[in-house]
Amino acid sequence: MIRLDEVYKAFNANQVLIGTSFAVKKGESRVVIGGSGSGKSVILKHIVGILKPDKGRVLIDDVDIASLKEHDLYETRKKFGMLFQMAALFDSMSVWENVGFALSRKGTLKPDEIKEIAVEKLKLVGMVNVENLMPSELSGGMKKRVGLARAIAHEPEILLYDEPTTGLDPITADAINDLIVDLRERLKVTSVAITHDMHSSYKIADSISMLYKGKIIATGTPDEIRHTVDPVVRQFITGSAVGPIKVEGVNNERTVNRA
Amino acid sequence: MIRLIERFGRAVISFFRKVGAVAEETGRILLFLFATLKQMVRPPFETANIFRQMLEVGVGSLPVVTVTAIFTGMVFALQTYTGFKRFGAETLVGTVVAMSMTRELGPVLTGLIVSGRAGAAMAAELGSMRVTEQIDALETLATNPVKYLVVPRFVAGLVMLPALALCADIIGIIGGYFVTVGLFNTSSAVYWKQTWTYLESADIYNGLIKACFFGGAISIISSYKGFYTSGGAEGVGKATTGAVVFSSMTILISDYFLSSWLFR
Repeated sequence: MIRLDEVYKAFNANQVLIGTSFAVKKGESRVVIGGSGSGKSVILKHIVGILKPDKGRVLIDDVDIASLKEHDLYETRKKFGMLFQMAALFDSMSVWENVGFALSRKGTLKPDEIKEIAVEKLKLVGMVNVENLMPSELSGGMKKRVGLARAIAHEPEILLYDEPTTGLDPITADAINDLIVDLRERLKVTSVAITHDMHSSYKIADSISMLYKGKIIATGTPDEIRHTVDPVVRQFITGSAVGPIKVEGVNNERTVNRA
Repeated sequence: MIRLIERFGRAVISFFRKVGAVAEETGRILLFLFATLKQMVRPPFETANIFRQMLEVGVGSLPVVTVTAIFTGMVFALQTYTGFKRFGAETLVGTVVAMSMTRELGPVLTGLIVSGRAGAAMAAELGSMRVTEQIDALETLATNPVKYLVVPRFVAGLVMLPALALCADIIGIIGGYFVTVGLFNTSSAVYWKQTWTYLESADIYNGLIKACFFGGAISIISSYKGFYTSGGAEGVGKATTGAVVFSSMTILISDYFLSSWLFR
Protein backbone atom coordinates (compact mmCIF):
# COMPACT_ATOMS: atom_id res chain seq x y z
CA MET A 1 0.00 0.00 0.00
CA ILE A 2 2.83 2.39 0.90
CA ARG A 3 6.24 1.77 -0.62
CA LEU A 4 9.42 3.80 -0.58
CA ASP A 5 11.79 2.70 -3.27
CA GLU A 6 15.42 3.81 -2.88
CA VAL A 7 14.47 7.36 -1.90
CA TYR A 8 17.20 10.00 -1.80
CA LYS A 9 16.64 13.46 -0.40
CA ALA A 10 19.07 16.22 0.43
CA PHE A 11 18.53 19.69 1.87
CA ASN A 12 21.34 21.87 0.55
CA ALA A 13 24.45 19.88 1.42
CA ASN A 14 22.73 17.80 4.05
CA GLN A 15 21.94 14.34 2.67
CA VAL A 16 19.03 13.10 4.78
CA LEU A 17 17.65 10.06 3.00
CA ILE A 18 20.22 7.85 1.25
CA GLY A 19 18.35 5.12 -0.53
CA THR A 20 15.60 4.62 2.02
CA SER A 21 13.32 1.71 1.17
CA PHE A 22 10.45 0.15 3.02
CA ALA A 23 6.96 -1.10 2.41
CA VAL A 24 3.86 -1.07 4.57
CA LYS A 25 1.02 -3.49 3.88
CA LYS A 26 -2.64 -2.58 4.06
CA GLY A 27 -3.88 -2.64 7.62
CA GLU A 28 -0.39 -2.74 9.05
CA SER A 29 0.82 -0.44 11.79
CA ARG A 30 4.42 0.47 11.18
CA VAL A 31 6.62 2.48 13.48
CA VAL A 32 9.80 4.08 12.20
CA ILE A 33 12.32 4.77 14.93
CA GLY A 34 15.47 6.82 14.69
CA GLY A 35 17.41 9.55 16.41
CA SER A 36 16.58 13.24 16.40
CA GLY A 37 17.34 14.80 13.05
CA SER A 38 17.68 11.41 11.33
CA GLY A 39 15.05 12.30 8.73
CA LYS A 40 12.01 10.54 10.17
CA SER A 41 9.68 13.49 9.54
CA VAL A 42 11.08 13.76 6.04
CA ILE A 43 9.83 10.23 5.37
CA LEU A 44 6.28 11.15 6.39
CA LYS A 45 6.37 14.30 4.27
CA HIS A 46 7.40 12.18 1.29
CA ILE A 47 4.53 9.79 1.86
CA VAL A 48 1.94 12.61 1.68
CA GLY A 49 3.80 14.24 -1.20
CA ILE A 50 4.67 17.50 0.56
CA LEU A 51 8.28 16.72 -0.30
CA LYS A 52 9.41 15.12 -3.53
CA PRO A 53 12.35 12.71 -3.63
CA ASP A 54 15.54 13.78 -5.42
CA LYS A 55 15.82 10.21 -6.63
CA GLY A 56 13.70 7.11 -6.14
CA ARG A 57 9.94 6.66 -5.87
CA VAL A 58 7.20 6.85 -3.29
CA LEU A 59 4.29 4.62 -4.22
CA ILE A 60 0.84 4.90 -2.68
CA ASP A 61 -1.39 2.06 -3.90
CA ASP A 62 1.15 1.54 -6.69
CA VAL A 63 0.91 5.15 -7.87
CA ASP A 64 4.05 7.29 -7.84
CA ILE A 65 2.93 10.27 -5.78
CA ALA A 66 5.58 12.62 -7.18
CA SER A 67 4.28 12.07 -10.71
CA LEU A 68 0.73 13.16 -9.92
CA LYS A 69 -0.80 16.34 -11.31
CA GLU A 70 -1.93 18.82 -8.70
CA HIS A 71 -5.58 17.80 -8.78
CA ASP A 72 -4.82 14.08 -8.48
CA LEU A 73 -2.31 14.77 -5.74
CA TYR A 74 -4.97 16.50 -3.64
CA GLU A 75 -7.39 13.68 -4.39
CA THR A 76 -4.81 11.13 -3.22
CA ARG A 77 -4.22 13.16 -0.08
CA LYS A 78 -7.81 12.51 0.93
CA LYS A 79 -6.68 8.98 1.71
CA PHE A 80 -4.44 10.37 4.44
CA GLY A 81 -4.93 11.72 7.89
CA MET A 82 -1.92 13.11 9.64
CA LEU A 83 -1.23 13.95 13.26
CA PHE A 84 1.52 16.53 13.55
CA GLN A 85 4.13 16.71 16.27
CA MET A 86 2.72 19.88 17.81
CA ALA A 87 -0.77 19.04 16.50
CA ALA A 88 -0.65 21.99 14.02
CA LEU A 89 -4.20 23.05 14.82
CA PHE A 90 -5.34 26.15 12.94
CA ASP A 91 -5.27 28.71 15.71
CA SER A 92 -7.70 31.06 14.01
CA MET A 93 -10.45 28.43 14.19
CA SER A 94 -12.37 26.80 17.01
CA VAL A 95 -11.89 23.15 17.86
CA TRP A 96 -14.88 21.93 15.88
CA GLU A 97 -13.94 24.02 12.85
CA ASN A 98 -10.51 22.41 12.99
CA VAL A 99 -11.92 18.92 13.19
CA GLY A 100 -14.45 19.62 10.44
CA PHE A 101 -11.99 21.42 8.17
CA ALA A 102 -11.64 18.72 5.52
CA LEU A 103 -15.40 18.25 5.46
CA SER A 104 -16.12 21.96 5.15
CA ARG A 105 -13.70 22.12 2.21
CA LYS A 106 -15.84 19.62 0.35
CA GLY A 107 -18.65 22.14 0.43
CA THR A 108 -21.42 19.56 0.47
CA LEU A 109 -22.33 19.72 4.15
CA LYS A 110 -23.97 22.49 6.17
CA PRO A 111 -22.05 23.93 9.15
CA ASP A 112 -24.52 22.30 11.58
CA GLU A 113 -23.92 18.88 10.07
CA ILE A 114 -20.16 19.38 10.11
CA LYS A 115 -20.27 20.40 13.75
CA GLU A 116 -22.27 17.30 14.58
CA ILE A 117 -19.69 15.07 12.89
CA ALA A 118 -16.87 16.98 14.58
CA VAL A 119 -18.42 16.45 18.00
CA GLU A 120 -18.80 12.76 17.25
CA LYS A 121 -15.13 12.46 16.17
CA LEU A 122 -14.05 14.36 19.26
CA LYS A 123 -15.96 11.84 21.36
CA LEU A 124 -14.04 9.09 19.58
CA VAL A 125 -10.80 10.54 20.93
CA GLY A 126 -12.30 11.03 24.38
CA MET A 127 -13.03 14.75 24.23
CA VAL A 128 -16.39 16.20 25.21
CA ASN A 129 -17.63 19.78 25.55
CA VAL A 130 -14.55 21.27 23.94
CA GLU A 131 -15.93 21.91 20.45
CA ASN A 132 -16.36 25.65 20.98
CA LEU A 133 -12.96 26.26 22.58
CA MET A 134 -10.05 27.78 20.70
CA PRO A 135 -6.82 25.74 20.29
CA SER A 136 -4.94 28.22 22.52
CA GLU A 137 -7.19 27.17 25.41
CA LEU A 138 -6.12 23.52 25.21
CA SER A 139 -3.22 21.69 26.87
CA GLY A 140 -0.62 19.82 24.80
CA GLY A 141 -2.31 16.45 25.26
CA MET A 142 -5.72 17.85 24.41
CA LYS A 143 -4.32 19.48 21.27
CA LYS A 144 -2.98 16.10 20.15
CA ARG A 145 -6.37 14.53 20.67
CA VAL A 146 -8.05 17.27 18.66
CA GLY A 147 -5.35 16.86 16.00
CA LEU A 148 -6.16 13.17 15.95
CA ALA A 149 -9.88 13.86 15.63
CA ARG A 150 -9.11 16.19 12.72
CA ALA A 151 -6.94 13.52 11.09
CA ILE A 152 -9.72 10.92 11.21
CA ALA A 153 -12.67 13.20 10.44
CA HIS A 154 -12.71 12.53 6.70
CA GLU A 155 -12.33 8.79 7.31
CA PRO A 156 -8.91 8.27 5.77
CA GLU A 157 -7.42 4.86 4.90
CA ILE A 158 -3.96 5.79 6.08
CA LEU A 159 -2.98 7.53 9.31
CA LEU A 160 0.40 9.13 9.74
CA TYR A 161 1.70 10.05 13.18
CA ASP A 162 4.62 12.44 13.61
CA GLU A 163 6.00 11.79 17.09
CA PRO A 164 2.58 11.25 18.69
CA THR A 165 3.86 11.13 22.26
CA THR A 166 6.73 13.63 22.20
CA GLY A 167 6.38 16.42 24.70
CA LEU A 168 3.67 14.73 26.73
CA ASP A 169 3.89 13.44 30.28
CA PRO A 170 4.08 9.62 30.53
CA ILE A 171 0.45 9.17 31.50
CA THR A 172 -0.94 11.40 28.76
CA ALA A 173 1.48 9.76 26.33
CA ASP A 174 0.17 6.35 27.25
CA ALA A 175 -3.41 7.54 26.82
CA ILE A 176 -2.49 8.68 23.30
CA ASN A 177 -0.92 5.25 22.64
CA ASP A 178 -4.12 3.55 23.76
CA LEU A 179 -6.07 5.84 21.51
CA ILE A 180 -3.90 4.98 18.51
CA VAL A 181 -4.32 1.25 19.14
CA ASP A 182 -8.03 1.69 19.67
CA LEU A 183 -8.46 3.70 16.46
CA ARG A 184 -6.53 1.13 14.50
CA GLU A 185 -8.82 -1.61 15.69
CA ARG A 186 -11.97 0.38 15.16
CA LEU A 187 -11.19 2.07 11.86
CA LYS A 188 -9.00 -0.68 10.32
CA VAL A 189 -6.56 1.87 8.99
CA THR A 190 -3.01 1.46 7.77
CA SER A 191 -0.64 3.59 9.77
CA VAL A 192 2.90 4.85 9.86
CA ALA A 193 4.19 6.47 13.02
CA ILE A 194 7.58 7.96 13.57
CA THR A 195 8.91 8.26 17.07
CA HIS A 196 11.92 7.83 19.28
CA ASP A 197 9.75 6.76 22.19
CA MET A 198 10.39 2.99 22.47
CA HIS A 199 7.63 2.40 24.99
CA SER A 200 5.16 3.88 22.52
CA SER A 201 6.68 1.91 19.62
CA TYR A 202 6.26 -1.45 21.32
CA LYS A 203 2.70 -0.61 22.18
CA ILE A 204 1.38 0.64 18.84
CA ALA A 205 3.47 -1.22 16.27
CA ASP A 206 2.85 -4.38 14.27
CA SER A 207 6.33 -3.86 12.91
CA ILE A 208 9.20 -1.50 13.63
CA SER A 209 11.81 -0.14 11.22
CA MET A 210 14.92 1.68 12.29
CA LEU A 211 16.23 4.60 10.27
CA TYR A 212 19.94 5.25 10.65
CA LYS A 213 22.20 7.36 8.45
CA GLY A 214 19.52 7.75 5.79
CA LYS A 215 18.76 4.04 5.44
CA ILE A 216 16.38 1.56 7.01
CA ILE A 217 18.83 -0.74 8.78
CA ALA A 218 16.40 -3.13 10.46
CA THR A 219 12.75 -4.09 10.30
CA GLY A 220 10.96 -6.57 12.50
CA THR A 221 8.13 -7.21 14.90
CA PRO A 222 8.38 -5.46 18.26
CA ASP A 223 9.66 -8.73 19.76
CA GLU A 224 12.31 -9.18 17.09
CA ILE A 225 13.49 -5.63 17.56
CA ARG A 226 13.53 -6.01 21.32
CA HIS A 227 15.81 -9.04 21.04
CA THR A 228 17.96 -7.82 18.19
CA VAL A 229 21.71 -8.38 18.19
CA ASP A 230 22.42 -5.47 15.84
CA PRO A 231 24.58 -3.17 17.95
CA VAL A 232 23.16 0.04 16.46
CA VAL A 233 19.54 -0.96 17.05
CA ARG A 234 20.45 -2.35 20.44
CA GLN A 235 22.01 0.93 21.48
CA PHE A 236 19.01 2.90 20.30
CA ILE A 237 16.32 0.79 21.95
CA THR A 238 18.16 0.61 25.24
CA GLY A 239 18.84 4.32 25.09
CA SER A 240 22.55 4.31 25.76
CA ALA A 241 24.92 7.15 24.94
CA VAL A 242 27.72 4.62 24.53
CA GLY A 243 27.90 2.54 21.37
CA PRO A 244 28.25 2.79 17.61
CA ILE A 245 25.82 5.77 17.39
CA LYS A 246 27.76 8.88 18.31
CA VAL A 247 26.03 11.77 19.98
CA GLU A 248 26.92 14.87 18.03
CA GLY A 249 29.11 17.35 19.88
CA VAL A 250 29.64 15.01 22.83
CA ASN A 251 32.95 13.43 23.69
CA ASN A 252 32.13 9.74 24.01
CA GLU A 253 35.48 8.83 25.56
CA ARG A 254 34.77 11.05 28.50
CA THR A 255 31.29 9.61 28.86
CA VAL A 256 32.80 6.13 29.04
CA ASN A 257 35.41 7.16 31.57
CA ARG A 258 32.85 8.79 33.78
CA ALA A 259 30.70 5.66 33.59
CA MET B 1 48.31 49.11 -0.11
CA ILE B 2 47.70 45.50 -1.10
CA ARG B 3 45.63 45.05 2.00
CA LEU B 4 43.55 48.03 1.02
CA ILE B 5 42.93 46.65 -2.45
CA GLU B 6 42.09 43.30 -0.90
CA ARG B 7 39.56 44.93 1.37
CA PHE B 8 38.07 46.90 -1.47
CA GLY B 9 37.84 43.74 -3.56
CA ARG B 10 36.09 41.91 -0.77
CA ALA B 11 33.60 44.73 -0.34
CA VAL B 12 32.86 44.70 -4.07
CA ILE B 13 32.32 40.93 -4.05
CA SER B 14 30.01 41.06 -1.05
CA PHE B 15 28.09 43.91 -2.67
CA PHE B 16 27.51 41.92 -5.84
CA ARG B 17 26.60 38.86 -3.81
CA LYS B 18 23.92 40.92 -2.09
CA VAL B 19 22.66 42.25 -5.41
CA GLY B 20 22.59 38.68 -6.69
CA ALA B 21 20.63 37.54 -3.65
CA VAL B 22 18.05 40.29 -4.12
CA ALA B 23 17.74 39.43 -7.80
CA GLU B 24 17.28 35.77 -6.96
CA GLU B 25 14.63 36.56 -4.38
CA THR B 26 12.80 38.84 -6.82
CA GLY B 27 12.71 35.96 -9.27
CA ARG B 28 11.30 33.62 -6.64
CA ILE B 29 8.67 36.18 -5.71
CA LEU B 30 7.63 36.43 -9.36
CA LEU B 31 7.27 32.64 -9.54
CA PHE B 32 5.19 32.80 -6.37
CA LEU B 33 3.06 35.49 -8.04
CA PHE B 34 2.45 33.26 -11.05
CA ALA B 35 1.46 30.37 -8.79
CA THR B 36 -0.94 32.71 -7.00
CA LEU B 37 -2.46 34.01 -10.25
CA LYS B 38 -2.95 30.43 -11.44
CA GLN B 39 -4.84 29.55 -8.26
CA MET B 40 -6.76 32.82 -8.35
CA VAL B 41 -8.52 32.16 -11.64
CA ARG B 42 -9.31 28.55 -10.83
CA PRO B 43 -12.65 27.78 -9.16
CA PRO B 44 -13.85 27.26 -6.48
CA PHE B 45 -13.31 30.79 -5.22
CA GLU B 46 -12.45 31.53 -1.63
CA THR B 47 -15.14 34.20 -1.27
CA ALA B 48 -15.44 34.10 2.50
CA ASN B 49 -11.69 34.22 2.99
CA ILE B 50 -11.28 37.04 0.49
CA PHE B 51 -13.94 39.05 2.30
CA ARG B 52 -12.25 38.46 5.65
CA GLN B 53 -8.91 39.63 4.29
CA MET B 54 -10.49 42.68 2.70
CA LEU B 55 -11.85 43.65 6.09
CA GLU B 56 -8.47 43.06 7.66
CA VAL B 57 -6.45 44.98 5.07
CA GLY B 58 -8.97 47.67 4.23
CA VAL B 59 -11.18 48.45 7.18
CA GLY B 60 -8.42 47.60 9.65
CA SER B 61 -6.02 50.07 8.05
CA LEU B 62 -8.54 52.88 7.62
CA PRO B 63 -7.95 54.62 10.99
CA VAL B 64 -4.16 54.87 10.50
CA VAL B 65 -4.59 55.92 6.89
CA THR B 66 -7.06 58.62 7.99
CA VAL B 67 -4.68 60.08 10.57
CA THR B 68 -1.75 59.96 8.18
CA ALA B 69 -3.67 61.53 5.31
CA ILE B 70 -5.23 64.32 7.32
CA PHE B 71 -1.93 65.39 8.86
CA THR B 72 -0.09 65.06 5.58
CA GLY B 73 -2.67 67.27 3.88
CA MET B 74 -2.42 69.74 6.76
CA VAL B 75 1.36 69.96 6.84
CA PHE B 76 1.47 70.18 3.08
CA ALA B 77 -0.91 73.13 3.09
CA LEU B 78 1.07 74.72 5.91
CA GLN B 79 4.40 74.40 4.13
CA THR B 80 3.22 75.38 0.67
CA TYR B 81 1.25 78.34 2.01
CA THR B 82 4.21 79.80 3.88
CA GLY B 83 6.57 78.95 1.03
CA PHE B 84 4.40 80.14 -1.82
CA LYS B 85 3.66 83.36 0.04
CA ARG B 86 7.22 84.45 -0.70
CA PHE B 87 6.34 84.88 -4.36
CA GLY B 88 2.67 85.66 -3.89
CA ALA B 89 1.32 82.33 -5.08
CA GLU B 90 -0.49 81.31 -1.89
CA THR B 91 -3.79 80.93 -3.73
CA LEU B 92 -2.30 77.84 -5.40
CA VAL B 93 -2.22 75.83 -2.16
CA GLY B 94 -5.41 73.96 -3.04
CA THR B 95 -3.96 72.89 -6.38
CA VAL B 96 -0.68 71.73 -4.90
CA VAL B 97 -2.34 69.73 -2.12
CA ALA B 98 -4.83 68.10 -4.47
CA MET B 99 -2.25 67.20 -7.10
CA SER B 100 0.32 65.85 -4.71
CA MET B 101 -2.22 63.88 -2.69
CA THR B 102 -3.83 62.20 -5.70
CA ARG B 103 -0.69 61.62 -7.75
CA GLU B 104 1.84 60.78 -5.07
CA LEU B 105 1.14 60.99 -1.40
CA GLY B 106 -2.21 59.22 -1.27
CA PRO B 107 -1.01 56.01 -2.95
CA VAL B 108 2.54 55.97 -1.59
CA LEU B 109 1.76 56.78 2.04
CA THR B 110 -1.13 54.33 2.03
CA GLY B 111 1.19 51.72 0.56
CA LEU B 112 3.84 52.30 3.20
CA ILE B 113 1.32 52.21 6.02
CA VAL B 114 -0.37 49.05 4.76
CA SER B 115 3.00 47.36 4.28
CA GLY B 116 3.88 48.18 7.89
CA ARG B 117 0.55 47.09 9.24
CA ALA B 118 -1.15 44.49 7.07
CA GLY B 119 2.02 43.33 5.29
CA ALA B 120 3.77 42.67 8.57
CA ALA B 121 0.69 40.86 9.86
CA MET B 122 0.57 38.66 6.75
CA ALA B 123 4.21 37.68 7.04
CA ALA B 124 3.94 37.01 10.76
CA GLU B 125 0.73 35.01 10.46
CA LEU B 126 1.82 32.86 7.53
CA GLY B 127 5.28 32.55 9.07
CA SER B 128 3.97 31.17 12.32
CA MET B 129 1.61 28.90 10.40
CA ARG B 130 4.66 27.60 8.54
CA VAL B 131 6.82 26.97 11.60
CA THR B 132 3.98 25.30 13.51
CA GLU B 133 3.31 23.06 10.48
CA GLN B 134 -0.17 24.48 9.91
CA ILE B 135 0.65 24.99 6.23
CA ASP B 136 1.69 21.34 5.96
CA ALA B 137 -1.52 20.44 7.75
CA LEU B 138 -3.52 22.28 5.09
CA GLU B 139 -1.77 20.19 2.44
CA THR B 140 -2.61 16.95 4.20
CA LEU B 141 -6.22 18.10 4.48
CA ALA B 142 -6.26 18.30 0.68
CA THR B 143 -6.27 22.09 0.61
CA ASN B 144 -3.88 24.07 -1.56
CA PRO B 145 -2.29 26.56 0.86
CA VAL B 146 -1.57 29.09 -1.89
CA LYS B 147 -5.20 29.10 -2.89
CA TYR B 148 -6.47 29.12 0.68
CA LEU B 149 -4.02 31.58 2.24
CA VAL B 150 -2.29 33.65 -0.41
CA VAL B 151 -4.99 34.30 -3.02
CA PRO B 152 -7.35 36.01 -0.54
CA ARG B 153 -4.54 38.25 0.71
CA PHE B 154 -3.49 39.10 -2.81
CA VAL B 155 -7.01 39.98 -3.92
CA ALA B 156 -7.55 42.03 -0.75
CA GLY B 157 -4.36 44.01 -1.48
CA LEU B 158 -5.33 44.63 -5.09
CA VAL B 159 -8.80 45.87 -4.21
CA MET B 160 -8.36 47.59 -0.88
CA LEU B 161 -5.22 49.62 -1.57
CA PRO B 162 -6.89 51.78 -4.26
CA ALA B 163 -9.92 52.16 -2.00
CA LEU B 164 -7.73 53.29 0.89
CA ALA B 165 -5.71 55.57 -1.39
CA LEU B 166 -8.90 57.21 -2.60
CA CYS B 167 -9.91 57.82 1.02
CA ALA B 168 -6.44 59.23 1.68
CA ASP B 169 -6.78 61.58 -1.32
CA ILE B 170 -10.07 62.96 -0.09
CA ILE B 171 -9.04 63.18 3.56
CA GLY B 172 -5.73 64.84 2.65
CA ILE B 173 -7.50 67.48 0.60
CA ILE B 174 -9.86 68.10 3.50
CA GLY B 175 -6.86 68.40 5.82
CA GLY B 176 -5.38 70.99 3.48
CA TYR B 177 -8.69 72.82 3.57
CA PHE B 178 -8.64 73.02 7.39
CA VAL B 179 -5.25 74.68 7.43
CA THR B 180 -5.68 76.95 4.40
CA VAL B 181 -9.15 78.13 5.27
CA GLY B 182 -9.16 77.73 9.06
CA LEU B 183 -5.65 78.90 9.84
CA PHE B 184 -4.72 81.27 7.02
CA ASN B 185 -8.19 82.68 6.39
CA THR B 186 -8.19 82.00 2.66
CA SER B 187 -11.75 81.90 1.40
CA SER B 188 -13.21 78.45 1.16
CA ALA B 189 -14.42 79.14 -2.39
CA VAL B 190 -10.88 79.93 -3.53
CA TYR B 191 -9.52 76.69 -2.03
CA TRP B 192 -12.10 74.51 -3.73
CA LYS B 193 -11.88 76.40 -7.01
CA GLN B 194 -8.11 76.00 -7.03
CA THR B 195 -8.52 72.32 -6.13
CA TRP B 196 -10.92 71.47 -8.91
CA THR B 197 -9.76 73.73 -11.73
CA TYR B 198 -6.43 72.07 -12.31
CA LEU B 199 -7.15 68.56 -11.04
CA GLU B 200 -7.63 66.08 -13.87
CA SER B 201 -9.36 62.76 -13.56
CA ALA B 202 -6.15 61.15 -14.80
CA ASP B 203 -4.40 62.40 -11.66
CA ILE B 204 -6.84 60.42 -9.58
CA TYR B 205 -7.09 57.20 -11.55
CA ASN B 206 -3.41 56.94 -12.35
CA GLY B 207 -2.74 57.36 -8.64
CA LEU B 208 -5.19 54.56 -7.97
CA ILE B 209 -3.51 52.33 -10.56
CA LYS B 210 -0.27 52.82 -8.64
CA ALA B 211 -2.06 51.97 -5.41
CA CYS B 212 -3.39 48.80 -6.98
CA PHE B 213 0.12 47.79 -7.97
CA PHE B 214 1.43 48.56 -4.48
CA GLY B 215 -1.36 46.50 -2.95
CA GLY B 216 -0.53 43.49 -5.06
CA ALA B 217 3.18 43.88 -4.36
CA ILE B 218 2.73 44.17 -0.59
CA SER B 219 0.51 41.09 -0.44
CA ILE B 220 2.72 38.92 -2.61
CA ILE B 221 6.00 39.94 -1.00
CA SER B 222 4.67 39.61 2.54
CA SER B 223 2.92 36.33 1.83
CA TYR B 224 6.05 34.99 0.17
CA LYS B 225 8.19 35.96 3.15
CA GLY B 226 5.76 34.32 5.55
CA PHE B 227 5.12 31.26 3.41
CA TYR B 228 8.80 30.34 3.19
CA THR B 229 9.74 31.11 6.78
CA SER B 230 12.12 28.73 8.47
CA GLY B 231 13.80 28.68 11.84
CA GLY B 232 11.14 29.07 14.50
CA ALA B 233 10.27 32.29 16.30
CA GLU B 234 13.43 34.02 15.12
CA GLY B 235 12.56 33.11 11.55
CA VAL B 236 9.10 34.63 11.93
CA GLY B 237 10.69 37.86 13.17
CA LYS B 238 13.07 37.91 10.23
CA ALA B 239 10.29 37.20 7.77
CA THR B 240 8.22 40.05 9.17
CA THR B 241 11.06 42.56 9.04
CA GLY B 242 12.02 41.34 5.58
CA ALA B 243 8.44 41.71 4.36
CA VAL B 244 8.18 45.32 5.51
CA VAL B 245 11.60 46.32 4.20
CA PHE B 246 11.22 44.57 0.86
CA SER B 247 7.72 45.85 0.19
CA SER B 248 8.52 49.43 1.28
CA MET B 249 11.53 49.47 -1.01
CA THR B 250 9.47 48.01 -3.83
CA ILE B 251 6.84 50.72 -3.33
CA LEU B 252 9.34 53.58 -3.33
CA ILE B 253 11.36 52.33 -6.27
CA SER B 254 8.47 51.19 -8.43
CA ASP B 255 6.67 54.46 -7.65
CA TYR B 256 9.25 56.40 -9.65
CA PHE B 257 9.03 54.14 -12.67
CA LEU B 258 5.26 53.81 -12.57
CA SER B 259 4.93 57.59 -12.29
CA SER B 260 7.25 58.25 -15.18
CA TRP B 261 5.22 55.80 -17.23
CA LEU B 262 1.70 56.78 -16.12
CA PHE B 263 2.07 60.58 -15.89
CA ARG B 264 3.73 61.35 -19.20
